[in-house]
Amino acid sequence: MELFNSELKVVNIGLESFRQGLNDSGVKSVQAQFKPPLSTETELLAKAAKNAARVDRANGKALARILDAKPALVGMGVALDTIPGMKRDLILHAGPPVTWDRMCGPMRGGIMAALMYEGMAKNPKEAERLAASGKIKYEPCHEHGAVGPMAGIISASMPVFIVKNEAGSNYAYATQNEGLGKVLRYGAYGPEVIERLKWMEKTLFPALKAAIESLGRIDLKSMVAQALHMGDEVHNRNRAGTSLFYRAIAPAVITTCPDPETAAKVLNFVNGNDHFFLNLSMALSKASLDAGRGVKDSSVVVVMARNGTDFGVQLSGTGDRWFTGPAEVPDALYFPGYTKADANPDIGDSAITETNGLGGFAIAAAPAIVQFVGGSAADAVSYTMAMYGITAGENNIYKIPYLNFRGTPTGIDVVKVAKTGILPFIDTGVAHKDPGVGQVGAGVLSAPAEPFRKAFEAFAKGL
Amino acid sequence: MPIKTTIKKGAYFDSVALMQVAKKLNSVPGVIDSAVVMATKENKGLIKASGLLTAEVERAGENDLAIAVSARSAEAAEAAFRAAEELLNKKPAAASPGADRKAAGLDDAVKTLEGANLAVISVAGRFAGTLAADCLAKGLNVMLFSDNVPVEAEIALKKEGVKRGLLVMGPDCGTAIINGAPLAFANSVRRGNIGLVAASGTGAQEVTTLISNEGAGISQCIGTGGRDVKAEVGGLTFLQALAMLANDEGTEVILLVSKPPHPSVMKKITAAVKKIKKPIVAVLLGGEVKEKLKDDFYPARTLEEAAYKAACLGKGLKASKAKELIYDMNLKAEELAKKEAAKKRRSRFLRGLFTGGTFVGEAQVVLPEFTGTVLSNAPLDKKNKLKNSVKLSGHAVVDLGEDEFTVGRPHPMIDFSLRNKMIISEAKKPEVSVLLLDLVLGYGANLKPLDDILPPVAAAFKANRELSIVASVTGTEADPQVRSKVVRALEAAGVLVMPSNAGACRLAGEIIRLAAKAKR
Repeated sequence: MELFNSELKVVNIGLESFRQGLNDSGVKSVQAQFKPPLSTETELLAKAAKNAARVDRANGKALARILDAKPALVGMGVALDTIPGMKRDLILHAGPPVTWDRMCGPMRGGIMAALMYEGMAKNPKEAERLAASGKIKYEPCHEHGAVGPMAGIISASMPVFIVKNEAGSNYAYATQNEGLGKVLRYGAYGPEVIERLKWMEKTLFPALKAAIESLGRIDLKSMVAQALHMGDEVHNRNRAGTSLFYRAIAPAVITTCPDPETAAKVLNFVNGNDHFFLNLSMALSKASLDAGRGVKDSSVVVVMARNGTDFGVQLSGTGDRWFTGPAEVPDALYFPGYTKADANPDIGDSAITETNGLGGFAIAAAPAIVQFVGGSAADAVSYTMAMYGITAGENNIYKIPYLNFRGTPTGIDVVKVAKTGILPFIDTGVAHKDPGVGQVGAGVLSAPAEPFRKAFEAFAKGL
Repeated sequence: MPIKTTIKKGAYFDSVALMQVAKKLNSVPGVIDSAVVMATKENKGLIKASGLLTAEVERAGENDLAIAVSARSAEAAEAAFRAAEELLNKKPAAASPGADRKAAGLDDAVKTLEGANLAVISVAGRFAGTLAADCLAKGLNVMLFSDNVPVEAEIALKKEGVKRGLLVMGPDCGTAIINGAPLAFANSVRRGNIGLVAASGTGAQEVTTLISNEGAGISQCIGTGGRDVKAEVGGLTFLQALAMLANDEGTEVILLVSKPPHPSVMKKITAAVKKIKKPIVAVLLGGEVKEKLKDDFYPARTLEEAAYKAACLGKGLKASKAKELIYDMNLKAEELAKKEAAKKRRSRFLRGLFTGGTFVGEAQVVLPEFTGTVLSNAPLDKKNKLKNSVKLSGHAVVDLGEDEFTVGRPHPMIDFSLRNKMIISEAKKPEVSVLLLDLVLGYGANLKPLDDILPPVAAAFKANRELSIVASVTGTEADPQVRSKVVRALEAAGVLVMPSNAGACRLAGEIIRLAAKAKR
């Protein structure tokens, strides 16, 4: 009855030509894209549907914990003393677990750089031999509450930021961002790389540590919320976030630094690196998402991470289990002289930002980088809009001005991903496939289907 | 390999925009590599690595734009510069967030279109059921155009729909008109006071267009899908739709179109019909309602009769007026039949090549009184089953929309090629006297039917000098194809066009009957 007395508004799914009759009659309609579900296991899809109410409740709980998290930068420390389970002979890396023989070029290069930085090897040759010898252990950053961009290498002596979820009791850790050019995270291991890392340890770290201590804490969450309003999505664009961090830290650096020259160097380093904030936005995301772990029956994704070989996913309701599949090469814009043939498959823990409703999920907030997603602001909006279809909810703090301050899509629900076939959208930097070359471009990609299919099937079986 | 550079002083461009330009320059023929960068120190380092750093670029300042091209020839480099100029000066298309953006899925769609209340689903059948269930869960009525949805899924969906007070039209529902809007395969008809429940898509198109062309109009046309009136589904949607129309203020006359329902379903329908205080017209093709259900109940044998009875009632006239309309049409048909029959010497048989399944049923109701036994691949009576659907014998009517013809190709209402072939091959048979065709217009159907049908029609007449071609054209003046335009062109090509399928059947049958009589 209601239908006959209200304005007809049609969702058309399938043949697009069916909209002509509606258009001609002045009826409002929208074309909904349809993709076949990721999983062909119809019983599992049916099982998930049957248990939808229970799963939705669990997801609501997990999402609430993620949204309620209050990540703040509370200090800095040396990895060995700070990161739980860190050891001298342990190197943490991005993405899901991977053995030396399966590691990609940039990750191997980064490990070699770390071994030389730690003084465990004198030259690349020695470093490579040691790395492959079995004497060095490799574990994912994510299994130690840490995250790292690109190769994501963390070794014992590296200084790390400490981000605390003040609404809970969990911590997250990330290194200081090295800047662009030849850097460890892209697998460079030349002398200038090690030199910079040493400077970051000896000069940058103590200065920032003292500054953060004098400030007590820095509220990262509101900083990211503001950065979104200033054109960042805090994955591929961190210009506003870095500026905001700089404004917060500069007075403290100046007052706590022993001499003005050091203060100037430290501040210039932060100021000169548009991606300095990336590691903080990643640690903030990690601290928030870890709060959402371990909710029974929750299909919310708490980790998306890549090691340059595999793409891995973890869910709130499936414990520490990784679901993996091959990482893909991003569709990118390349720096002069490079092409897709030079690109390494997707790498880095930075997809933690997307997992937290930022990065590609918030790209509608970052018009300055829409060229990466097709060139027009409308394209960016489409990507963000699409993600609302696979998330458990919307963010209460991170909002997009262009969408009338609608909260970003947050809390990827693997059941929705499996059902709709819509895959999470990630915007990212692209590493050269050979160690030491560095960044060759930036671009976007949809997460590969396999890890999500596996995660969904394991989750549904466990219901 | 020459490296050419140009510097644009003080021309600032966003680096990402420049990377895009460079990407396009690399596809210019003869270009080996290119760089389009702001000449900052960092960028100079970058392009040095790729061997594109010239002295000019070296001298440029960081607010200058540098374009460097390594090309096989000077001409190629020039072409690249021109392309760069063009790309850099191109105004981007204005961002229009409200413009026609495709929604990424159902969730996105219902958020994008606030107040959405109906989903039209035409995805592959194996996905359609789940999708329809999701739509119901979001409070959307559903039109399920897709077929190959299992009957268990249909029953579950319809029970859920009834529970939620939402319509589930289909699966395999080809036609509906809701609040005046044509859905899927439907025509642009007048709005009015006649509400339909239709278990047949082509049947619904035929009656709604006939009603509209007669000056009456349609309030709602609710499709149910053909399986709804079978025992398993139990008429769930049919009964729900009937109740909705009974309560709808805009509906004053109700018209039911179906194949004969299963007796158990029929029982429920008749019980419902008896309680409704609105006149009801019903056509159950191949079946009959013998019982006088109530005073204002009007059974009809054909779609045409049902349409005209409903149209008369809708205009406040007596239903019996419909007979006059049909009588007038028949007078004209008899004249035509005499002329056509006179052409016949050797040929004797009628062949109907239909795109609409319901027309095949109606043809089998109308034709036998003129021609005797009519065979079909979709027979109303099993004993009249054609042995081979492509090798036609005797008087035969074929439904080209049956699965045997449609696997792996579009529906014959869209893709005429199969029928076109058969028009010619049947015409070439000397025993064929009359070809009977349907042509369905409207949304979803072939938008340029004349382009496709006129050539085989001409070839058929050329191949068989005794041939008559009789056709009905289902459509209205408001349809995208414009009915009168199609009719005029067909008539100019020698086709005898009737206003209805039943009328076309009578004309074709009468030609056969008169020709046979003359031979005796």
